[in-house]
Amino acid sequence: MPEVFRFPKSLKKTLFHYCPGCHHSIIHRLLCEVIDELGIRERTIGLASIGCSCFLYFYIDVDILEAPHGRSCSVGTGIKRARPDLVVFTYQGDGDFAAIGLGDSLHAASRGENITAIMINNTVYGMTGGQVSPTTLLFQKTTTTPYGRDPKKEGYPLKVAEILAGFEGVAFCARGAVNTPQRVLEAKKLLRRAFEIQLRGLGFSYLEFLSACPINWKMDPISATRYVDKLAETFPIKVFKDQLSEGKNEA
Amino acid sequence: MMAKKVLVKGVEAIALGALEGGCQCYFGYPITPQNEIPEIMAIELPKRGGVFLQAESETSAINMVLGASAVGARVMTSSSSPGISLMSEGFSYLIALELPCVVVNVMRGGPGLGGIEASQGDYFQAVKAPGHGDGRFLVLAPYSCSEAYQLTAKAFELADKYRNPVMILSDAILGQMKEPLLLKSLKIKTYPKEDWALTGAMGRPSRVIKSLFLDSKELAERNLRLKRKYRAMEKEIRYEAIFSGEERVIAVAFGSIARICKEAVLNLREKGYEVGFFRPITLFPFPGKALLNMAERSLGKVSLVVFELNCGQMIEDVKLSLCGRAEAISRYYPPSILPFPEDIEKELKKCLKSSGFPKV
Repeated sequence: MPEVFRFPKSLKKTLFHYCPGCHHSIIHRLLCEVIDELGIRERTIGLASIGCSCFLYFYIDVDILEAPHGRSCSVGTGIKRARPDLVVFTYQGDGDFAAIGLGDSLHAASRGENITAIMINNTVYGMTGGQVSPTTLLFQKTTTTPYGRDPKKEGYPLKVAEILAGFEGVAFCARGAVNTPQRVLEAKKLLRRAFEIQLRGLGFSYLEFLSACPINWKMDPISATRYVDKLAETFPIKVFKDQLSEGKNEA
Repeated sequence: MMAKKVLVKGVEAIALGALEGGCQCYFGYPITPQNEIPEIMAIELPKRGGVFLQAESETSAINMVLGASAVGARVMTSSSSPGISLMSEGFSYLIALELPCVVVNVMRGGPGLGGIEASQGDYFQAVKAPGHGDGRFLVLAPYSCSEAYQLTAKAFELADKYRNPVMILSDAILGQMKEPLLLKSLKIKTYPKEDWALTGAMGRPSRVIKSLFLDSKELAERNLRLKRKYRAMEKEIRYEAIFSGEERVIAVAFGSIARICKEAVLNLREKGYEVGFFRPITLFPFPGKALLNMAERSLGKVSLVVFELNCGQMIEDVKLSLCGRAEAISRYYPPSILPFPEDIEKELKKCLKSSGFPKV
């Protein structure tokens, strides 16, 4: 009988510590499946960032370095420049990538660093208890916007994928989600494509996932998963740029 | 083959020393007075298969250093005081992650934007707290171009040996003055990195390099391990002393002002004055025992005069080292006030004359 399903080799056999309904674990698993399928586990370096997912190394069985808050794209630059033969991915939240680390992120993208950056966008600072982030929706309540995000005070949601898509150094730029079975399958394809772009040396690959944070959204897991559709109204799910499908094969 | 002799600035000597020390990657951000270092590295590293990248900020630069170090490269950055402040978060992580690298600080006047004249105002920052948390750098302070060359090359070896950042603490005078430099080839050791560097989990379990330890026992053990490492670094203590035991006054200084002091002391000794000289070369670990030894070996009462291009920082380490067994006084020169050897001579003579010195 053909094998149709197996536990990913790159995923450690342990329980996730993430809150019920959090999407990190789904994305972790997809990431591991892609690393296995591309056969790159033995030459991949993952960058754990600051936030709930800094515990990436508890789950993903590749060499992992913990980067300071917001600096993953710079740390990744250092790794990739020193060892271009290694495969480098960052795994960051919206606060890490788009607030404190926006400078590092944009410049790495602009330089076309040949690394894969994954941003998990749940519109809040998860680990510190649900404060406003650059991607918080308008009028969304957080612990530091208790009356809702007011555009006159906190400005507007920062659309990172839309910004990066215009960068010449960016070879792949997409936004996905994992809140429906179909989107989970799509998400895996996006992940695979992001790594393929890196393996061909085409440049910076950016992949954003809209993700649920039931605890900080103060919702049950099912409502939070459905609420991701609401996020998609501000942050459309689509492929903004894919140089591989545009016929570019080698850098 | 005869070693080549060149006429170079201090910062150029540092860049040449880094190449001699096997530097493979350089990441940095422009700031006066050290721009010649990145400019030389931008020319030389690509020729040798190395990596040069100008980052968008000092913050990014030090994190690029962190990444390159984690995968086993010999890597450095250089900056000047305000830029060093920006790097300090990264310094703390490098220490915590036990990643080797070389950091050059060509000090300028502060605080704030300060100025671009020479200063030693970053002494405390370099030797006490390069970043948050309980971490230290091994700090080397050259006082000439040839020493800058040699110590920078050696810094790469020491960084790898202790898996800890090593800082070259220079300043605007040392950085910008030109001197002849003999480009001797130096024997710089390498240390295997296969047992810790991140190279991909090929034929071994995956590795994690991290600094988050939420288990308080684990964190305490880690801090104690780092403490033992700083102790072990005491083997590397270096200093220069001009001392016979007859001296009544000893000038203590590091870096550029040590150069001025040494000239003053040699002039006075020639004229028969009982003055000595002590120059710490490693600022951390501090050669405190040597200093105390010297004070105790002197025949009568000896006074130490600490000359610094700041408002008095190293004086605290000198006093701590002496344990009250000899007197130490501070002569301090904030940025833009630079003494000539004759000024130092006057100060030392004054100290010789008076038995009880005015305490600062």
